[in-house]
Amino acid sequence: MSSATTANFETKPWGGGYSPFNVRWGKLYMWIFLVSDAFTFSSLLIAYGSLRHRWTSIWPTPGEVFTHFPFVHGHVPLAYVGLMTFILIMSSVTMVLAVDAGHSFKRKSVQLWLGLTIVGGLMFVGSQAWEWYHFIEGSEEGAFYLADGRFARTDNLEPGVLLFHDGTKIEGAEAEHLKATATKNVHGANLYENEYGPTPLFGNFFFFITGFHGFHVFSGVVINFIVFMLVTKGALDKKKDYELVEKVGLYWHFVDLVWVFVFTFFYLV
Amino acid sequence: MSEDFISPDIHHERISHKSQEKAHTGLNTKVIWRVFWILLLVTIFEVAISFSPISKTILLYTFITLTIVKAYFIVFYFMHMKFEETALKFSILLPFVLIVYLIFIAIYEGIAIGLINY
Repeated sequence: MSSATTANFETKPWGGGYSPFNVRWGKLYMWIFLVSDAFTFSSLLIAYGSLRHRWTSIWPTPGEVFTHFPFVHGHVPLAYVGLMTFILIMSSVTMVLAVDAGHSFKRKSVQLWLGLTIVGGLMFVGSQAWEWYHFIEGSEEGAFYLADGRFARTDNLEPGVLLFHDGTKIEGAEAEHLKATATKNVHGANLYENEYGPTPLFGNFFFFITGFHGFHVFSGVVINFIVFMLVTKGALDKKKDYELVEKVGLYWHFVDLVWVFVFTFFYLV
Repeated sequence: MSEDFISPDIHHERISHKSQEKAHTGLNTKVIWRVFWILLLVTIFEVAISFSPISKTILLYTFITLTIVKAYFIVFYFMHMKFEETALKFSILLPFVLIVYLIFIAIYEGIAIGLINY
């Protein structure tokens, strides 16, 4: 072949003899996996959006559902998920720092930052368990399907008061009468009904979306732990290659990224 | 044609040499912490304005915009996308145009079914 053709190989990225993406296959595969996983999460969130718009008049307001905070008696809406977001962003930062330390082969720093990432991940999963507990447990009195077909919630902080979705309240003897004649009393949440609204969909999406994400976090913690052990044993030093940390890093940041979307579309809006 | 182009060693070297160069010019601890503060402040801001009396529609679009801002910082800095080749960037990001389309059709479908049934 002439030298002109050879020069062509070097100048054209797709001419061969050159890596157009400039990443190794492991990292590229991780990216492709993340794209497919992002599509799965997108589908879940879009399904949520679609059905929420279909049931827009009866859909619960997330700010009224997620009001618990550890050791606080009153209502602190969204503060707890805000804290969970902080924990996950923080663990994402420690993960980038681990990857950064891996670039310069600092084993001890990689161990430290990766270890902190695992701690952050466990804290997040723990927080989610607490959140699920309160969601499933619900309030003391639960919600009522009234005889006239309306749906009324109750609140631990306002005992004896019936709360309606449009913001109106009924209390005193009238509320007692409505409760006594109610067709059904729902406590907490399961896959068939919940006390947050007259549709099971809200609970179903809560369990499915946060559960699917939580399981991703849990898997991430397990994978991070395996990599942590490999780093500790010096396996990556032997290979002189810390790309494995980068790959689990990509996965971990993706989990954080998904949470950013879940946080907005499930809790905020 | 030179043997170099089919030799896996050379191939490997080209990649790792270039990516190492980029790793040094791209992210450093200072940038990482700056991105952390941006993400944290945006999140605090979001929680704070969610209880303000601003109209729901304006809030919705503010949240969507801020979420995309956060996603940008996570993908482009934490996931290193900013420092990857243009070809890789487009291969990964372009498919999400389909997601925008899916959001559009699914939300409108939901609204339409709701209107029919009330």
